[in-house]
Amino acid sequence: MAFPEPRPTKPELPRKSVRSLPCRQGAVRAVRFNVDGRYCLTCGSDKSLCLWSPLRGTLLRTYSGHGAEVLDAAGSFDNSRLCSGGSDRAVLFWDVASGQILRKFRGHAGKVNCVQFNEEATVIVSGSIDSSVRCWDCRSRRPDPVQILDEAKDGVSSVKLSDHEILAGSVDGRSRRYDLRMGELYADYVGSPITCVCFSKDGQCTLISSLDSSLRLLDKDTGELLGEYTGHKNREYKLDCCLSERDTHVVSASEDGHVYFWDLVEGTLALTLPVSHGVVQSLAFHPTEPCLLTASEGNVQCWREESFVAEDELPA
Amino acid sequence: MAARGSDSDDDLVTYGTGLEPLEEGERPKKPLPIQDQTVRDEKGRYKRFHGAFSGGFSAGYFNTVGSKEGWTPSTFISSRQNRADKAILGPEDFMDEEDLSEFGIAPKAIVTTDDFASKTKDRIREKARQLAAVAAPIPGATILDDLIAPAKLSIGFELLRKMGWREGQGIGPRVKRKPRRQKSVPGVKIYGCALPPTGSEGSEDDYDDDYLPDNVTFAPKDITPVDFTPKDNVHGLAYKGLDPQKALFGISEEHFNLFSDVAEGTSNLLGSIRPNKGRKLGISGQAFGVGALEEEDDDIYATEALSKYDTILKDEEPGDGLYGWTAPKQYKSRKESEKDIRYVGKILDGFSLASKPLSSKEIYPPPELPKDYRPIHYFRPVVIATSENSHLCQTLSESTGKILSDMSRQNRYQLNASKRGEMLGETPIQGSTTSILEFLSQKDKERINEMKRATEIKAAEIKAKALISKAWSNRFQPDSPDDAPYTQQLVLSGNVTAGRSSDFRPFAKDPEKQKRYEKYLGNIKQGQKDAVESCLDPKMTEWERGRERDEFVRAAMLYKPSSSSLSSRFTHAKLEDDTDQVEVPRDQENDVDDKLSAVKMKMFGKLTRDKFEWHPEKLLCKRFNIPDPYPDSTIVGLPKVKRDKYSVFNFLTVTESTTLSTTQVSNERAQQNHSRNKPRKPSRWDIPDQEEKKEDSISEFLSMARSEAEIQKQQLRPLVNNAEGSTMESSSTKVENDRADQKDEEGSRPSMDLFKAIFASSSDEKSSSSEEDESENEDSQADPGGSDPKSPKLSNLVETSSNIQVSAMVVNEPVPPVTLQKMQLDEREEFGPRLPPVFCPNARHKQEPVQQSSFLESHSKEKPKKNKEKRKTKKDHKHKKEKKKKHKKHKQKGKQKNKKTEKSSTSESVDSSDSQSDTEKVKDISPQELLRRLKRLPIIKK
Repeated sequence: MAFPEPRPTKPELPRKSVRSLPCRQGAVRAVRFNVDGRYCLTCGSDKSLCLWSPLRGTLLRTYSGHGAEVLDAAGSFDNSRLCSGGSDRAVLFWDVASGQILRKFRGHAGKVNCVQFNEEATVIVSGSIDSSVRCWDCRSRRPDPVQILDEAKDGVSSVKLSDHEILAGSVDGRSRRYDLRMGELYADYVGSPITCVCFSKDGQCTLISSLDSSLRLLDKDTGELLGEYTGHKNREYKLDCCLSERDTHVVSASEDGHVYFWDLVEGTLALTLPVSHGVVQSLAFHPTEPCLLTASEGNVQCWREESFVAEDELPA
Repeated sequence: MAARGSDSDDDLVTYGTGLEPLEEGERPKKPLPIQDQTVRDEKGRYKRFHGAFSGGFSAGYFNTVGSKEGWTPSTFISSRQNRADKAILGPEDFMDEEDLSEFGIAPKAIVTTDDFASKTKDRIREKARQLAAVAAPIPGATILDDLIAPAKLSIGFELLRKMGWREGQGIGPRVKRKPRRQKSVPGVKIYGCALPPTGSEGSEDDYDDDYLPDNVTFAPKDITPVDFTPKDNVHGLAYKGLDPQKALFGISEEHFNLFSDVAEGTSNLLGSIRPNKGRKLGISGQAFGVGALEEEDDDIYATEALSKYDTILKDEEPGDGLYGWTAPKQYKSRKESEKDIRYVGKILDGFSLASKPLSSKEIYPPPELPKDYRPIHYFRPVVIATSENSHLCQTLSESTGKILSDMSRQNRYQLNASKRGEMLGETPIQGSTTSILEFLSQKDKERINEMKRATEIKAAEIKAKALISKAWSNRFQPDSPDDAPYTQQLVLSGNVTAGRSSDFRPFAKDPEKQKRYEKYLGNIKQGQKDAVESCLDPKMTEWERGRERDEFVRAAMLYKPSSSSLSSRFTHAKLEDDTDQVEVPRDQENDVDDKLSAVKMKMFGKLTRDKFEWHPEKLLCKRFNIPDPYPDSTIVGLPKVKRDKYSVFNFLTVTESTTLSTTQVSNERAQQNHSRNKPRKPSRWDIPDQEEKKEDSISEFLSMARSEAEIQKQQLRPLVNNAEGSTMESSSTKVENDRADQKDEEGSRPSMDLFKAIFASSSDEKSSSSEEDESENEDSQADPGGSDPKSPKLSNLVETSSNIQVSAMVVNEPVPPVTLQKMQLDEREEFGPRLPPVFCPNARHKQEPVQQSSFLESHSKEKPKKNKEKRKTKKDHKHKKEKKKKHKKHKQKGKQKNKKTEKSSTSESVDSSDSQSDTEKVKDISPQELLRRLKRLPIIKK
């Protein structure tokens, strides 16, 4: 006798501020989860990069070595390495445990907006305002990038990787997807400077946010518009967007200090989360749980669903 | 904060053992090649492999019984004092350590001891025990042991017992006993291979079969089920590996001694072990030869007793049709009805035998060949009968014995029905004509054809025209007649200095064209109105002419010699640039305009997507664990094609043809076009009265900053006049500069090459601290990067970033007007989306968010209040400060309305631009401005 599959629970949105990280890093330029969502990285404008346990709110380590503000960071699949890029035009490759800089990749002509590891953390892909995406080899000791993707006509604001694709959003209004397996480059024009691009978890769609205050969900293969999400304000700043843990909602930061949640399919505004009075600059969604990190000005907050009870609050 | 250090240590989790960190400079050890690798055992001896097929091992010392010192037998010493004690040697004494190890033949693994094993021991052990009891000094001691031994049963037995199982029974549901099919004749021994015991027929002798009440069920027999495990190894049939149990105790039931067969029955108790004799003791198995402890050579193979062979033909085959097959019987009994099914092997789970045999395929014999058949094929030449080769045809047809008809047979399939009918002599049916054209008269047909041709030509022409006009309108040269004089004038006034421009031969490849071009240049020089039209080849089509006209005009403007001011700012590239070819990406993202409209209509998909062939670097593929999509290609990135360097086509955009190179300039063209519609941006070389004309637009644009603009105007004019006075140039050069500048200005973004040219030197240097580095960069930006003659969007960046220096240092350059600088400043700040401003009250470091300009950073620590005092000190110093102020303002007003920012920044940039007349300037700050600055101060301090 087969039991019926348990009905999938309705996705919950993070509404409750559980924790606020005492960053003291100046402006937090980016906040990123690690691969399993247990830790997070905050990139400060005070040239430091911090590793946190977001739910406990403890600072685990501070990585300093950038010459200017850190703009983006990413962790490797095995949590053993970090990479970060900043205004000092360098891409740094860190050892998590020792906090040492393993490699320092120089070559970008402008500040590095975004960095990503590939699946096996053998390549760091970085995008910069010098309108190039560079792929750095972490294995060998050669100082030059493996490949420079200089097709963008303007600064590259966001880069995301899948197992065989590099997705780069550029200020020239195009998101370019380099498919390594097919050996093809797909450029989708959205008409407005792109601030952030994302893959959906199923790898079928790309989410593109641009400076015309709208997010667009495009079909990856055809480039067709699957959804458009508006209502927030994104006119001048580079803000993050992401998808919720089960791809049910589209999440975007906004210049009015809120975080907006849209239903992915219906495109309706599901939730507006007031975060702060300033601009919400960076977002990160937990890979498996309804947990959101927001960075606004100097504050990083961790948001959970209503029913969430923190571990230390649980009766012993 | 205090807890941080300890926390970070505690919470870090390390997995695995880290590799020893390599010493700097130490080379990782080279791995040994395979041929040099040796196998050694744990003692460091070389391991020798014996018998690659039998998996043998090396015994003793180099395969001898000895040791390194030679063979030393155990010495027998016995004296009166020292009696030789009887050493009882176990098998282990003759074994190597390897044999006792985990993978040896007698592994000393942890096994369940008797105490913990189940009560029912295997018979062998039982016998050994009984034997020991007999041989023990106190007979029956072990029996006593047995008696007082606690009843220890394995948990499986206990569970089974709880479930009602009793020893001796089988496991499973109780069954009804079926009447026996056949009774084996008692006393008749079955020789050959024994039948396996089957479920219900094996041993029913114990039961009374005659009385079987219906309601009585029996426990199933305790039988070992037939093992259906398929043979999945590569050993020979019935091969058995070495069983340590047998090897040690020499118990082998399969081994029959040919001649001790008889004794077996009598010495039941001691028969199978015979420990005193030690006969079966030792290693035995098919993988090994005769063991040292085995006495009889004949015992080593599983020989059968002679008496087990049949000597007489008997009627003993029970007619089961098995003839020695040892398959389980149930198949046979079940499938008795189908006698012809001979398949008696194992049947896989889930399969059953087919009830009907497959109908065998009938095989037909091949056709019989005629007697005189020769298996050689000749190809007959195909000759189409025409008047010339009719003779040949005839001979051919004679030779083949066939008549080639007028219609060659090869065309048979191309005939249609009507033609076939014709050939057959049928009268064609009127209604069957397929085309309406056939009803038309010849005249009409001709007319239609003519019309068709005409429309085609017309369409082509229209297309070409549209193309041209589009190309024109897309470019900065409008095609409309009222604009024509303007362009003409531009080109004319641009003073294309034919003498020098002849150095540039843009159409050197095509001498005719070059000639035309030179003629065109001459015409321009003479000031002819229709300079272009007159020199074009009248033989060319309209479209070609339009194109060439366009090219010529552009070439005349592009390939003018760089003016003195420009050339002083650029040096030639270090690399040899004189090759006529330039690499241009083969595929280009086509025009943005139609895409933009597609985006506006939300028609994403094909319209907004460009797809290119793209070659990833091989190493990148490797790192991504992906096979190289183009394993044979040497290209990396987008495929490039060589183009004429001086071909204007590189800079032309023909929207229809994507194959033609539409370089990045295309984007800028669009923007140029765009900007053309707007009030023209004032450029720094504009003459004053032009400037005045534009005032309206500026002030309109900056309506909020009217008062400031007024001041600006007043200050600007004398200034510009001054500058002009000092650097009085011919008006033509000015316009030319104007053009150049416009180009600079309108180019939205500098190309990558330019970035590289500017940054390459400094980025190679080590620069840990960004501030110094960036200020260096600012300087380096000031030096000329590299003048690329092909790039019309020359150095937007250079211009913007080094604006201040240039304006201050380059003497012959007039002061740029305000708006220009403002725009440039804005641009330098905004490479795409900015980062949000930060007011961080709890910031650890009181540091301003990093700004793009390092000037600002280096001065940002100064208090703004000092500005006023310092303003008078140095000119360029003040410059920086002003700029910084502006920058800060910008930050603060990040969220304010656009207009306001613009206003404030212009007003500020007014200040900065007017730095040369700074003495007046200080007084001229409006009270509101002062107020505003004051208000801002605390925030900045924070």
